[in-house]
Amino acid sequence: MLGRTAGIVAVQAANNGQQVRGMATLKTISLRLKSVKNIQKITQSMKMVSAAKYARAERDLKAARPIGEGSKTFYEKAEVQEVGEKPEKLIVALTSDRGLCGAVHTSIARQIRNELCESPDNIKVICVGDKSRAILQRLFSKNISVVANEVGRKPPTFLDASKIAREITKQNFSSGKIVYNKFKSVVSYNTSELPLFSQGAISAAPKLSVYDSLDQDVIQSYVEFSMASLLFYAMKEGACSEQSSRMTAMDNASKNAAEMIDKLTLTFNRTRQAVITRELIEIISGAAALE
Amino acid sequence: MDDPEMASLARSSRAAFRLLSNKPSNIVSRRGYADEMDFTLAGANKVFYANANVRQVDVPSFSGAFGILPKHVPTLAVLKPGVVTVFEKDGTAKKVFVSSGTVTINEDSSVQVLAEEAHPIEDLDAAAAREQLTKAQSDASRASSEIEKAEALIAVEVAEALVAAAGQ
Repeated sequence: MLGRTAGIVAVQAANNGQQVRGMATLKTISLRLKSVKNIQKITQSMKMVSAAKYARAERDLKAARPIGEGSKTFYEKAEVQEVGEKPEKLIVALTSDRGLCGAVHTSIARQIRNELCESPDNIKVICVGDKSRAILQRLFSKNISVVANEVGRKPPTFLDASKIAREITKQNFSSGKIVYNKFKSVVSYNTSELPLFSQGAISAAPKLSVYDSLDQDVIQSYVEFSMASLLFYAMKEGACSEQSSRMTAMDNASKNAAEMIDKLTLTFNRTRQAVITRELIEIISGAAALE
Repeated sequence: MDDPEMASLARSSRAAFRLLSNKPSNIVSRRGYADEMDFTLAGANKVFYANANVRQVDVPSFSGAFGILPKHVPTLAVLKPGVVTVFEKDGTAKKVFVSSGTVTINEDSSVQVLAEEAHPIEDLDAAAAREQLTKAQSDASRASSEIEKAEALIAVEVAEALVAAAGQ
């Protein structure tokens, strides 16, 4: 019996609390409203920044396309194939250090993760950019051999690509690939792959014999340079997809914030009105009780 | 890639082939023209030619400078710092300075000259090039380790080629 009354009292207290909180909600709503407005300002300016960066990245990409296509043609024309009895695979994940750009990095990491889940042995991963490392290191830290960071703040240069190419040539592999995002349009990109071949694979290419006057030195320099240009091209594609994706993501975030602001303003005004009405009722009923 | 004029010429001359089948006749007529070259010249910074048809290309390579005409024997070469000269169809010559890169000539007469950096020689500043050369030379003499030395020597080589190209 006593317990039950206590329960009722408690419920009443809670009800009172809520009514008291009605006043406080006005304050909290206005605080929320302010913070959402600030967030919207931030996402809007981030969108502006990435729009400018995207314009540049797209221009750069146009200039870099022939260099990538050109390096790729030779591999196709010479019919280079992977060699080696012991398959040592190498995967290069081209991401960047920066987030807030949709699923750009996740889709690359997912593709590599699926492959690693199937057969985690004999696959080495080179992570370009902290994002791919952060995603892959939890489950596959054994497979990660090289990590490059400080990627993505500035547009990629040929020097960056050369540095990565140098690390790749140090690795021992029979076949490899670059996983990157191929830019399609402002709103879409494709996660695709480019093949990487070791010098051994190229020397053993069936149609290499049609090429005249080759020696090991020429092949070595050629392979190193074309690897760097392939990487350069892929990095440009990746950077362009990333910026365009960030632009869309930030645009969406600003729109969502605007929606939230609308709803919060409505609630704020309603609550304010309710508070005024309640206070009026209190005054009037107080006056009526005195009569 | 398909020149409309050429295509129409080919079509009229190969009318008999066309009666048999359309597609193979195109291939036959394309091969009939011996002076077709699928030429690409691109640097990491700029594209000069993309699948263009040109008359002749002269490139500097580590195995010696050589000229490429259509139907050149397939080969691979490494570009040396120097000037690539492109003779277009109408006979005008265009000179482009390249720092390093590769030359690929494929079986189907497609030629790719890919450079790390490429600039038309009109854009080169002779004074700046000379300055670069003296800086590179002093770097080379000051270099302590093997790698630094090699890097500086490459810079000297590029700068020398730059000066030579800017003087042209």
